[in-house]
Amino acid sequence: MTQPGSFGRETLALHAGQSPDPAHGSRATPIHFTTSYVFPDAEHAAALFNQERPGHVYSRISNPTTAVLEERVAALEGGVGGLATASGQAALHLAIATLTGAGGHVVASRALYGGSHNLLGYTLPRFGIQTTFVDTADIDAWRAAIRPETALLFGESVGNPGLDVLDIPAVAALAHENKLPLLVDATLVSPALQQPLALGADLVMHSATKYLGGHGVAVGGVLVDGGRFDWEASGRFPTLTEPYDGFHGMDFAEESPVAAFLLRARREGLRDFGACLSPMNAFQILQGLETLPLRMRAHVANTRAVATHLAAHPLVERVAYPELESHRDHALAARLLPDGCGGVLSFELRGGREAGRVFIGALRLFSHLANVGDAKSLVIHPASTTHFRMSAADLAAAGIGEGTIRLSVGLESAGDLLADLERGLYAVGKLLKG
Amino acid sequence: MDIQLQGDTVRLYHGGRPFNKDLPAILLLHGAGHDHSVWTFQARHLAQRGFTVIAPDLPAHGRSGGAQLASIEALANWTLALADALGLARIRLAGHSMGSLIALAAAAAAPRRIAALALLGSVAPMPVAPALLEAAKEDRARAHDMINQWSYTPRGQLGASPTPGSWLTGANRSLMERQAPGVLATDLAACNAWQDGLATAGGVVCPTLLICGERDQMTPPRAVKPLRDALVNAQGGARMMEIPGAGHALMAETPDAISDALRGFFTDT
Repeated sequence: MTQPGSFGRETLALHAGQSPDPAHGSRATPIHFTTSYVFPDAEHAAALFNQERPGHVYSRISNPTTAVLEERVAALEGGVGGLATASGQAALHLAIATLTGAGGHVVASRALYGGSHNLLGYTLPRFGIQTTFVDTADIDAWRAAIRPETALLFGESVGNPGLDVLDIPAVAALAHENKLPLLVDATLVSPALQQPLALGADLVMHSATKYLGGHGVAVGGVLVDGGRFDWEASGRFPTLTEPYDGFHGMDFAEESPVAAFLLRARREGLRDFGACLSPMNAFQILQGLETLPLRMRAHVANTRAVATHLAAHPLVERVAYPELESHRDHALAARLLPDGCGGVLSFELRGGREAGRVFIGALRLFSHLANVGDAKSLVIHPASTTHFRMSAADLAAAGIGEGTIRLSVGLESAGDLLADLERGLYAVGKLLKG
Repeated sequence: MDIQLQGDTVRLYHGGRPFNKDLPAILLLHGAGHDHSVWTFQARHLAQRGFTVIAPDLPAHGRSGGAQLASIEALANWTLALADALGLARIRLAGHSMGSLIALAAAAAAPRRIAALALLGSVAPMPVAPALLEAAKEDRARAHDMINQWSYTPRGQLGASPTPGSWLTGANRSLMERQAPGVLATDLAACNAWQDGLATAGGVVCPTLLICGERDQMTPPRAVKPLRDALVNAQGGARMMEIPGAGHALMAETPDAISDALRGFFTDT
């Protein structure tokens, strides 16, 4: 039996954040396709704007369908609340923009999704926010990179595409020594396999486009606050601890010590930057979320089969999947991801770039596209697609070779997936024989 | 706003409006293991309607310093000292759970200073389950689970927070975790030890409103009856309001109903 006062992941994935619709009894989450909400009277309207009554005003700021998704992911992550955004990128931007501005600084793992690397390395500097990238496993490098103006440490639970495992407890401890929060992008593992907040992280984000939805039909993001970071004691976050003229002079940390970050992110970030999630997308992601724990178990089982198969193949130079003993972070993964390391792996084919092209071209079940976390199996060549903006040196530092292939292993029959990979490997074999 | 009281810092929350001692004052007292933020909606609501609101973090809770006060009487005396420090001769007083006992004790200790009394999630005496007392001392996480189990309705525990995007039990757990080790255990022990509630209630001379969650498992409506009877028969009289769909965490689960109830009561008194 589950402990009183808590629910298992499977239960939360189905129920959290939603009660049957009081108007009609709908069991499924209704899609509230509306931009705005009628105020019962002028006094109620004023009370909503003053935040003395909870409720919805305008769907850029909150929406009943989107709120179910926010609460459900917050519940699964063990947080105090969540914010849904138009994409995972929007969630990352919202987190950073809520905490810092021009003159601010981020320390980030070098092993990041290419879009995140681009945002931090090229785009945010235009707005005065600098990032120092460090080797995920080099705790001394993390430490050395922290500056007086640093506002955030950031990494991915499992880095894409080298599958570097972030030592969340160690990096969180370092962050907290320096009175800084740690934000973890847990997209590749989902809360079915890891809860970064329980390991010490302060904030967690997802590209909900991936495993949370699982079906590949809706782009979205979610940002969850663990509610434990003491913004006021840190003294580094005036956006949260000083009156904000943009919202009635609210001092967010005084208003709510546990939800200060979410308050500011919603009342400023969603309101002013406007990267909200459509209620239709929220509904679609919720449909996927209902089966998240079941799907992740199946993803992990298939990925284990694929990783083992590839690792034994003579045309494969190496496989990056933390469950394999050959992976640098194998022991760390066993500690932090005991239920599995997700459904993404990468491997290096003999034959480099041309072998990669031939391999992908021969596959029938794996779809060649720029996404991960779909129920269907996917394949991509990072050096020419998701990470094409990165220099050769940055690619190498992120563990990406010119012949690296990334797989997102789906839920098809394992035997069919192995047969498809064999098709690709056979084509590579023919190529190499000339 | 932070003030100094008896040599220690006290964090006061005023509901988004500056403190104004010339307005009718409402003091809001939080419960065990909590801080002022449980009152956010109600404080903002009342502060917009002609009252000055003071929601303190009790000593050693939230951002208030000082040694924790281990008895309801000591906390009641501290509350009256706070009113003195703020220059408030007469106050309206509301308390939730442990805060309701403090409010009741303060109303009896200084009957002429309390204009009206609102007791939320209150019973007297307030016995605490031995398992919870033990867990609060030995295993905080388990105590927090128990409190979440007993403080929220099934709806509140699994879904549909009135506050968009807020996960109610997660927020409550985080708030309790923020308090220093031992704070919750001392608070619960103070509630459990205070046996004078019914006798004290007989001495209340101001009007009292008892607010109870229809589905409260910590202080269920049927258990409120002795306190209600004592207050009804006291000089100030009393009435009881049962809030549909609310558990013990009624300010979070039914914020509007609580704001409306407090505003109506304090406006009429």
